Formats: sequence, structure tokens, C-alpha cells
Amino acid sequence: MAISKKEVEHVALLARLSLSEGEKEKFSKQLSQILEHAGKIAELNTEGVEPTSHALPIKNVFREDEEKTCLSQKEALSNAPAKEDGMIKIPKIV
Amino acid sequence: MNYEVVIGLEIHVELDTVSKMFCGCSTKFFGEKPNTFTCPVCLGMPGSLPVANEKAIECTAKIGLALNSKIASFTKFDRKNYFYPDMPKDYQISQYDLPICEGGYVDIEMEGLALEGSGSRGYTRRVGITRVHLEEDTGKLTHIGESGRIGGADYSLVDFNRAGVPLVEIVTEPDIRTPDEAKIFVQKLKNIIEHLGVSDCDMEEGSFRCDANISLRPMGSKELGTKSEVKNMNSFRAIQRALVYEIERQRELLRADERVIQETRHWDAANNVTMSLRSKEEAHDYRYFPEPDLVPMELSGEWIEDLKNTLPELPDARKKRFVEAYGLSVYDAELLTSSKTMGDYFEECARAYNDAKKISNWIMGEFSMHLNATNLKIEESAVTPKHLVQLLRLIDKGQISGKMAKDVFKEMFESGKLPKIIVEERGLSQISDEDAIEKIVDMVLEENKKAVEEYGSGKDRALGFLVGQVMRLTKGSANPQLVNEILRKKLT
Ligand SMILES: [Zn+2]
Repeated sequence: MAISKKEVEHVALLARLSLSEGEKEKFSKQLSQILEHAGKIAELNTEGVEPTSHALPIKNVFREDEEKTCLSQKEALSNAPAKEDGMIKIPKIV
Repeated sequence: MNYEVVIGLEIHVELDTVSKMFCGCSTKFFGEKPNTFTCPVCLGMPGSLPVANEKAIECTAKIGLALNSKIASFTKFDRKNYFYPDMPKDYQISQYDLPICEGGYVDIEMEGLALEGSGSRGYTRRVGITRVHLEEDTGKLTHIGESGRIGGADYSLVDFNRAGVPLVEIVTEPDIRTPDEAKIFVQKLKNIIEHLGVSDCDMEEGSFRCDANISLRPMGSKELGTKSEVKNMNSFRAIQRALVYEIERQRELLRADERVIQETRHWDAANNVTMSLRSKEEAHDYRYFPEPDLVPMELSGEWIEDLKNTLPELPDARKKRFVEAYGLSVYDAELLTSSKTMGDYFEECARAYNDAKKISNWIMGEFSMHLNATNLKIEESAVTPKHLVQLLRLIDKGQISGKMAKDVFKEMFESGKLPKIIVEERGLSQISDEDAIEKIVDMVLEENKKAVEEYGSGKDRALGFLVGQVMRLTKGSANPQLVNEILRKKLT
């Protein structure tokens, strides 16, 4: 299963990554290899096996609707590179 | 060419749980300082793990049951991936292919309105429900710059207090045909959810939000036209006006042989227009995949049945009961059950006072007029059921006339004073004492011999004049019915 350069560009755009032409070539090859490797699973005989989205046989893990202590504003913002008025300051979006 | 309008709605409802969807942070942050209701989970810190709030699952299933949906026996959460700074994780936990509820419908009554293409007035529209799913709300962005909007902003500020609040998304089928239907549908949906008690449904605070997909197609065509999505309609009036505008905009484009562009448009209530957000052509590729941090859920038939049994009375059933139990007209019952608080108010009065029709008349007449004039909701008014019932009793006892009662109502609406106190303070008591009225009537007859003669010669107008004289002398406080009676008796 080959990943074209065009697909690499699309995925890069969605992930907000800017790649050089050389990187696009390189990732197109590497991603194809990864998919090929994962594609081996398709060789298994899965007849009679229920499709699943989770590997663990666990269901219905819930929490009670109860309030817990929150972080302070200072703690919450401690990783933010820029802040203003108790909020995280970010570059313009569009 | 004639076009058919096709509207589908997406409604987002914030659930009124104590804590957020996947963590224990409180949801009661309205008016509080930014970023003071967060934790490692809702900030998306590496290593933190979400755990689903059981109450939120329950509330979502309740909404589904109320909308006649099928509740899933197997359901799961999925990741919706997108880069936007309102989500700390760069993905939103939502539901993709296996939502909690699928299918369903809401019937809306379009009273007094004509269905296009038919002459009859008044019709029922069944609006299909596609799905009801559960997700987490995003944080709030404030754009700093001259416009205050995202376009042209210098920079933006992020508050994550709202991030992670349980959010239910209700999607309708494209069954709505007019802006009026859309408005009535959203009003009814809000009313149902209020009766369920799972959200405070405050449109201004944003806990009940509506987006619309609109397209036009040639009358008779089965294919859907290109749609636009309108956002930011935060009142019933806004929904209706935005849709009217958008339909007209698309109709003009089509008539000029131009293309409708599939895009998101923002309703600008101040200028009465929808505007293209003009963001870069967004690649809508959310790459959903099953949320690995949350295990799937199985909802048993028994659990669903139990939940069904806990459902409170919903607006349609309440309306029916109001007609049957209180002898109200369908029209009155419809209005009185159009919001939960209005229905609750009426019933509290009806428990204390047994003439339901009188209560209903006052609520829908005088009371509604004052509420509309001041833009207040019934529960925000200073006039409690106790006030209204006391006022009705004062009228029944003949202590005040209907006309005086309106003045008293106005004052109690403004001051919150009980009607008995207002009547005492103003010395308003109506004279219902027959002897007292007789004395005044005698006086008036004595002084107005000409009018008495005219009445005797068949001029009915003279009676009105005499009544007026009595009312003038008593400064309007005589019981007018009694005055009429006594006068007639004396004049024959
Ligand atoms: Zn949290």
C-alpha cells in the first residue's frame, strides 16, 4: 500500500506541519513501509472473530457525577508560553 | 423558477451535571475567573486519563427517549481530530458511528399557518431526528483586535473552563421547510429538554445553541441543493431572521444563475445579515477513530426500560392534561405549557385557587403583557403565584373591581408588594356596601333630574351618564355592577 506524495502533503496540512520536498519523499516511503508492515495483520484468518475497537474485554467504566478540586489558575497556566488576563495568549488564528 | 427550502438543524445542549464529562471539574463556572475550573484531564496533559460521567450518559439517553429515538445497546466514544486552539488536546472526544441514540421524531403544531401548496390553515410537521450523541464542549476564545472577531484579530486568548463540559448534539433530518417551522421546532425541543431537567437551556449563556443547514432546490426535485451552514443564532428571533435572510440570499444567487458555495456563515444580528467566515478553505477531515482511553458501553434493555420509567411528564402530555383536568382550551393549554416554568407557575396557582380559567386569563393577558414589556421571564417576575392568587381572591370578594385589579397588578409587578398591602396603602377598597352606594345614587338622582327624565322617555344613554356620575363621586371605587343594579331598580 503506497502513500503518495500528495497524501503526505494532505496529512501534513491537517497536522499543521510544513515539510521540505526531501522530507515529503522520505515520509512517503517510510509511511508506505509502516502500512505494509501493519498490513501483515490482514493476512490472518479472522473468520468468526467479532470486530472490535478495543483490545480489552472491559465495558461500562463510569464515574459518579461528583465534583473534585481543580487546579489553581496559576497552575493551569504554568505551561503557557504567553498569558494575559488569566488566559492563554495565542497567535492570531486566521 | 420556484424553489423548495430544505432546512436541517444541529442543536448543542450543555448538560447540567455537577462535574464535567470526563473529569471532576465543576461545570458552574459562569461568571467566574478564566482557567480556574480545569485539571490535567480537561487540559489534555500527557498521562491523564478520562473516565465517563455516568449521569451524562443517562441524560443523553433520556433526551433520546423523549425524542422517540432508539437507544443503542452498544455505543462508544471516538476521537475527532482537528487543530484549533479551543481544544487543549487537539482532538475532541465525540461519537462517530455508534451514537447513544439514533432515529426519532418531534411533531410540531403549526397553528394558523398555511402549508405551502395547500389551502388549509394549521398543520402538523413531523421533524425526524437523525441522531443524538454525546461529546465534550470546547474552551472559549476571545479575539483581541479592532473587530473583536476572528478575522483581523491581532491575537486571541483561551479560557479552558468550558472545555470538557458534557455536550449533547441533536441532529435533525432535513425535514424543515420554513423559518417558522425551524423556530417552533427549536422552541419545542428546548421545552422538552427543560421538562426533562437535564439542562438549563440558556440560549444567552450558550448552554443551548442552534446551527442550521440550509439549501434550496427546484420545486419537485428530490436532489438536495448546495447548502450553507449558519451559526451564531442565539435566540428564537435570531433563528427565524437568519433563516429568512439566508433563504433570500440563496434564492437571489440561484435566480441570477450563480452558484451557492458550501460554507459556514455567521449570523450578524446587529446588521441583520449572514456573513461568510472567509476562513481558509478548511479540509474537513476529522480522521475519527475509536477513543482508546475509554472503553465501550453496553446499555441493557433493562437499564433503558428503567430510565424510561423515570421520565417526567413531557409538554405534549402536560398540554393534554391541562385541557382535561382544568377544562382549558387547547390554545390556552398550548401557551401555558410552552415553557416548563410557565406550566409550573400555572399549576402552583391552580393548587391554591380553583378557577383555572381565571388564572389562565390573567397569566396570558395582563401578566404576559407586563412580562413582554420588561423582557422578563415568568420566574424572574416579582409576582409569585401567591401574589396572583391573592389578587384573584380580592376581586372575587368584591373588594376591588377588575379595572382596579389591573392597577394593583401593575404596582405589584413593579414593587413585588402583596396586593392586600397595595389595596390598603392606596385606600383602594371598592365600595360594595349597598347602603353606601344607595345614598350616593339618591344624591345623583336628585341632582340630575334632566337625565332621569331622559331615561324615562327611553334614552338608554342617560343611564350611562348617571353611572358615570356615581363613579365620579366615589372616585371610581364603587362596584360598577352594583351601581347599575341599584340605579335601574330606582329608575323603574
Ligand atoms: Zn477537569
